[in-house]
Amino acid sequence: MSTPASTASTRRLLQGSEAIAEAMIAAGCRFFAGYPMTPFTEVLEHMARRLPEVGGVCMNAESELEAVGMAWGAAATGTPAATGSTGQGLSLMQESLAEITLARLPLVVLNMARAQGDYWQATRGGGHGDYRHIVLAPVDVAEAVELVQLAFHLAATWRNPVLVFGDYYLAHTARSVDVSTLDFGPAPSTEWALTGESGGTGQAKLVSFLGSAKQRDDVGYDLAVHYTACADHTAAMLRDVVPVMDTGMTEDAEVVVVAFGTPGAYIRAAVRSLRDEGLRVGWARPVTLVPFPSTDLANAVRGAKAVAVYENNTGQMVDDVRLAVLGAVPVEFIGGVSLDSSGFGIAPDLDVAVLRRRILDVVERHA
Amino acid sequence: MKKIEELRVVRTDAPPDVPARLVEDFTPRLVDVGAHHLCPGCGEPIAIRSLMEAIDELDLVRRTITVFGIGCYTAFSNNLDVEVLQALHGRAPSVATGAKRARPDSIVVTLQGDGDMVSEGLQEVLHAAARGENITCVMLNNGVFGETGGHMTATTVLGQRTKTSLEGRDPVAHGRPILLADLVARLDGAAYVARCAVNSAGNVARTKRVLLRALETQALGAGFSLVEILTMCPTGWFVETQEAPDYLADNLATVHIGGVLKDIRANHGQKADDIESR
Repeated sequence: MSTPASTASTRRLLQGSEAIAEAMIAAGCRFFAGYPMTPFTEVLEHMARRLPEVGGVCMNAESELEAVGMAWGAAATGTPAATGSTGQGLSLMQESLAEITLARLPLVVLNMARAQGDYWQATRGGGHGDYRHIVLAPVDVAEAVELVQLAFHLAATWRNPVLVFGDYYLAHTARSVDVSTLDFGPAPSTEWALTGESGGTGQAKLVSFLGSAKQRDDVGYDLAVHYTACADHTAAMLRDVVPVMDTGMTEDAEVVVVAFGTPGAYIRAAVRSLRDEGLRVGWARPVTLVPFPSTDLANAVRGAKAVAVYENNTGQMVDDVRLAVLGAVPVEFIGGVSLDSSGFGIAPDLDVAVLRRRILDVVERHA
Repeated sequence: MKKIEELRVVRTDAPPDVPARLVEDFTPRLVDVGAHHLCPGCGEPIAIRSLMEAIDELDLVRRTITVFGIGCYTAFSNNLDVEVLQALHGRAPSVATGAKRARPDSIVVTLQGDGDMVSEGLQEVLHAAARGENITCVMLNNGVFGETGGHMTATTVLGQRTKTSLEGRDPVAHGRPILLADLVARLDGAAYVARCAVNSAGNVARTKRVLLRALETQALGAGFSLVEILTMCPTGWFVETQEAPDYLADNLATVHIGGVLKDIRANHGQKADDIESR
């Protein structure tokens, strides 16, 4: 074996939820709050067991509203914090998530989603006002271990919530992974954070979604100034965070198939098997959903005759693909809602034979 | 409760005949700017002043994080020399919970109104109390949504006129008020629960004393504390400014009855607060 012993000893067979929990702790997360809901539940379970062991706090909140509120309070003290749920639970949290963003607080939010119907919720946000979250969509447990840690780094760097978009497969698949702390360089300053200690100094800190300028000379908040400053910050974030996309065999592809998250792995397998038969197909998988890898995608599909988009929903990311391609190549939706009797578990369509047929249909009509 | 026909409607569409003027600046140390945009006769600045004085007197200024809800009192959220964390309407107790759990050595105090704490966020304060969360929640209760211009809340008393109960709150049409302090006092996790008012000099002094006691309870790690403060809202009650203290005494205070409802420290042989316990 050429594998170093140190690496071998750190690899463990972990269920996705446990790997995500371990990755959060490795990234420095010391506060977690959640409300049980499948398939998010096991993340909460593992955090409840593990966080106290490292001096952190995990709260089994009384609702998603309180879970996000607790995470908000902890984040405001500069404590690396996270919360999460399914898309349904995140719907309840949207008001807070919007204001947490406008209060410029770092927070990691997990969506262990039921299928992929939350793409719009994740990438546009279901809350009010002008705000965006960075959204990362891991394809499997190993990538999730990295992206979860990246999420904490980006949240702290940009003082902005970062959402990690997972699903039932990610939560419940066991895989041998190495969860060691990734080095992203020095931790950003938390000088802005509340400690209680700045009171009485004449410079007591204020953390507010209404703006953090203290009232002087009998004036209140100036929301237009604050919201514009937040929008400028968001624009800088969306410009400077490097979009990530995973691609394969797009160079000479006549049809490029786009998918994110777990379905990306099935599409990759289907494309490879079609390639083995000599068909010029390729695949592209956005890893960052926000910022969306529009330029990379436009380049990847240059020369293709068609782009096919698979999502386990009725067609959401396909909008972003069309915006990226800007009419240069026809974009077809080959996804659809696929659920088992639970409504959130195994998708019958996530079957290489099924996906091959759908891709072949696009190839036959365009190539 | 006064009969409806006895109550005059105050014109609020024009400035008063005699403008208000600043006689002398009594701004306490932890309030940055003394002037504010709240209505003449409002009780909330008195309550906030009392809270700031209590924090200062207990020498907790360098440990305190206040968590503000949304209401008229939010006008003070960027006007204090204590740390402020702005929460959503109704959600201050969970936000305070997160801050306190993350920094257990800090003193965490929420400031909310009755619309905020009782209407929108009842679940939050009840669960925080049941958890015995070591925070202090302060509720400014005027029985009305003052900021929106006088609408019914969960603490509006029977017969009280609001813009959404024009003939007075009716038990059949609108239900009955929630007596929050009484409700919280029933929860085992609550260590200290008191209700007071700011409609007279004596009541302001009592308010200060219960705030001191609540903050001490938290500083000792004894558990959850709630101080409900009845405050005047002449604008939202549609009464003359100078009539508001009596209106409070005659209407709100006869339903939301003042006193120390619970003090586990007193029950354990320590000196009881000098406010009459029920």
